[in-house]
Amino acid sequence: MRFLFYLINGISLGSVYAIIALGYSMVYGIAKMLNFAHGDVIMVGGYAAFTSAVTLGLHPVLSIGVAIVVCTVLGVIIESVAYRPLLEASSSLAVLITAIGVSYFLQNLVLLIFGSNSKSFQSLIRIPGLSLAGGTLVISGEMIVTIVACIVIMLALTCFINRTKMGQAMLAVSEDKGAAQLMGINVNGTIALTFAIGSGLAAIAGVLLCSSYPSLTPYTGAMPGIKAFVAAVFGGIGSIPGAFLGGILLGIIEIFAKGYISTQLSDAIVFGVLIIVLLVRPTGLLGKKIQEKV
Amino acid sequence: MADMLEINNLGISFGGLREVDDFHVNIRQGELYGLIGPNGAGKTTVFNLLTGVYRPDEGKIRLDGQDITGKKTIEINKAGVARTFQNIRLFHQMSVLDNVKAGLHNHYHYSTMSGILRLPVYRRTEKEMDERALHLLEVFDLAGEADYLAANLPYGKQRKLEIARALATDPKMLLLDEPAAGMNPNETAELMETIRYVLDRFHITILLIEHDMKLVSGICEKLTVLNFGRVLAEGPTAEVLHDPEVIKAYLGE
Amino acid sequence: MKNKKFRSNLITYGIVIAAFVIVQALQNAGRLSSLMTGMLVPICVYVVLAVSLNLVVGISGELSLGHAGFMCAGAFSGALFTNIVKENLTIGPLRLVLAMLIGSAVAALFGLAIGIPVLRLKGDYLAIVTLAFGEIIKNVMNIFFIGQDSNGFHFSTKDQFSLNMEPGGKVLLSGPMGITGTPKDATFLAGVILILVTLFVVLNLMDSRTGRAIMAIRDNRIAAESIGLNIMKHKLLAFTVSAALAGAAGSLYAHNLATLQAKKFDYNFSILALVFVVLGGIGNIRGSVIAAIVLTALPEMLRGLSNYRMLIYSVILIAMMLFTWAPRVLEWRERHFGRFLGKKIKEVE
Repeated sequence: MRFLFYLINGISLGSVYAIIALGYSMVYGIAKMLNFAHGDVIMVGGYAAFTSAVTLGLHPVLSIGVAIVVCTVLGVIIESVAYRPLLEASSSLAVLITAIGVSYFLQNLVLLIFGSNSKSFQSLIRIPGLSLAGGTLVISGEMIVTIVACIVIMLALTCFINRTKMGQAMLAVSEDKGAAQLMGINVNGTIALTFAIGSGLAAIAGVLLCSSYPSLTPYTGAMPGIKAFVAAVFGGIGSIPGAFLGGILLGIIEIFAKGYISTQLSDAIVFGVLIIVLLVRPTGLLGKKIQEKV
Repeated sequence: MADMLEINNLGISFGGLREVDDFHVNIRQGELYGLIGPNGAGKTTVFNLLTGVYRPDEGKIRLDGQDITGKKTIEINKAGVARTFQNIRLFHQMSVLDNVKAGLHNHYHYSTMSGILRLPVYRRTEKEMDERALHLLEVFDLAGEADYLAANLPYGKQRKLEIARALATDPKMLLLDEPAAGMNPNETAELMETIRYVLDRFHITILLIEHDMKLVSGICEKLTVLNFGRVLAEGPTAEVLHDPEVIKAYLGE
Repeated sequence: MKNKKFRSNLITYGIVIAAFVIVQALQNAGRLSSLMTGMLVPICVYVVLAVSLNLVVGISGELSLGHAGFMCAGAFSGALFTNIVKENLTIGPLRLVLAMLIGSAVAALFGLAIGIPVLRLKGDYLAIVTLAFGEIIKNVMNIFFIGQDSNGFHFSTKDQFSLNMEPGGKVLLSGPMGITGTPKDATFLAGVILILVTLFVVLNLMDSRTGRAIMAIRDNRIAAESIGLNIMKHKLLAFTVSAALAGAAGSLYAHNLATLQAKKFDYNFSILALVFVVLGGIGNIRGSVIAAIVLTALPEMLRGLSNYRMLIYSVILIAMMLFTWAPRVLEWRERHFGRFLGKKIKEVE
């Protein structure tokens, strides 16, 4: 029973990672940058939902909507002000450092507005939990919503990318910007759209994360952001099923490590598994192999 | 005289596509040999097989009697094969002199520690390396640009620097991948002279890939023509260039 | 060329020595705030960190985000050594030198052990794996308990009571609480000497046979292989030397702290070092020195702005990145400020 409990917990946490990783993977695929600020967008999403639900007393669903809008707009602003001017810079490190600057900026801005005290986040999910096996296995409403949301998002994204023109444009831009431009694709617009979607997903992830782990500080997003990138790399960056698989596996590994081995070492174990996977399959579980042309 | 390079039945496939099939060639010491063929015929792939960038699926490569089939690039270079690249690959952020000195790496030795501590062996060896490198640069008329960043050299000189760097490794066999690509007729003529000079001066053997027929017919003693990954014709230059099959492959039906 | 390099290196050493003399003069004249005095050793640590990271990022061309892990290894091994010998060896400077040597040796071993598997990866994959290793080192350090009594050393990964020591035994390392009671052996002078040694090692390495091979591999890996350069050996060498220097810096850092805790060395620390490297100019050693000094002192100088200081710091960071790297801005600068500035930009690239 303990095993099942950990498993469901792991899938639930993994679903949050998967949602973030989906957004991260898309952004990485198109901008080829380690977006260190992605985790902080999650945090902003959490605060936006918190403010609208608790301070303004809005309906939970509306609060989630507010968080999504805030993050989407934020993502597009960050991309156009801080990243776009540097995407053609002579070193890819330039945009990486700028992303770190943006991350510092968001953290300190939120710190100024809300203070450093942890906000206890009241779950926005009003769905009752499931009690199974005579009450020995309880699945909370948050878990159910998280897992369902993750599956819906993954399917919707897959459809969007494979079935719509804009989705195809995204694929084209991430494959080859120059060629995409020549084919008449609005490259900057496509990149902005990708950041918008990625940030919107981050907002959803933020709300779900804070509903399950109800403590919110300006630094809440940093580690999930890193772990989501780990998940994306784990599954094979640029691949939607890869990000999904990577996220779920990461969540399960983390919860099992916490439950069976050591709470303090759980992060070390998660990172250890990543290292092993990358050493065996350098492009991740579902990634494509690329060979340099001589 | 024994063959410097002997290749038999060399083949490789990429994803079911037969890139090179039953390639063979015998090149004698001191020869200047040409490998020609239409675009996509597999010429550069032969070079990559020869230098260990790819591992051949089958076949044997012998250099000066020594089997180098399937060895790593570094080992093949140490065995005596050096090359240039179709798309120039210089060390762009290093000086012209340092590009050549990097090529000398395996022929001059002092430990990393004596380098950091600036021991006498460092000063002595660096001086010898400088002299040798400058000497090589002079052959290619690049000594005046020794201090330039390689990236700042004009195109033609970059090609020459690549040859100088390859020669710095003291090879028995030099592979040139389209050395005249992107050069104007004057530069090409000058390059032809340099190649011939290098052949005599350094007692090496040269295999070159080329599109420029004038260059090929001007300096190569023998040719192999590659078409769709297979040897279409081989032999003395004049004969091969008059072969109706070759003319057909180049000009179409 | 030779002379130009030599002169450029002399200027770099000169800047460090001049900064030392000025700070000493200010301190003797009582013109240095106690806050600034407290910053002196950390600034030296950051400079060494930045220069050593530049050896990997700028000279070897590999993105590493695990530098804090090596510093952590050096800090803990150095501090452990000092705490073990502090009763018997009372000469502070000697103790510090030995501790730094041990710290760098341990960090070098970590560098070697980590470098062998991970240096096969490239770019962002390498970055994320090095970050992962840095976090693993931090997490593992966090669970160790080490004690010493007359029977020798005791280890545990649970708590200090599981060490099973006889009464009177002393706890050297106490898990997440870390190491306390390390004597404050670190001085500004020691820091400056470590900077000079680091510069000596890195600058001389760059201008040697090995350094040329490392840079050749950075510029074009395939061409480097074709002239017989051993890729792994040289990447590993740069990575290990860099780790060793970070370890020495970590050891110095540990001797400046009342309490040494592993959680200090998280990935943000590695990222900070990377910020110095990129802002100072990738591959530009002198730039790393200056960037580390300025960017460490900057938040302190902004302290008057209290809560706004980190916000302003981040805005300055973003603005500086855009100003020094954005292609459009560079074009604009070249147009309006003529060739002199334009040329400088080229050099940095």
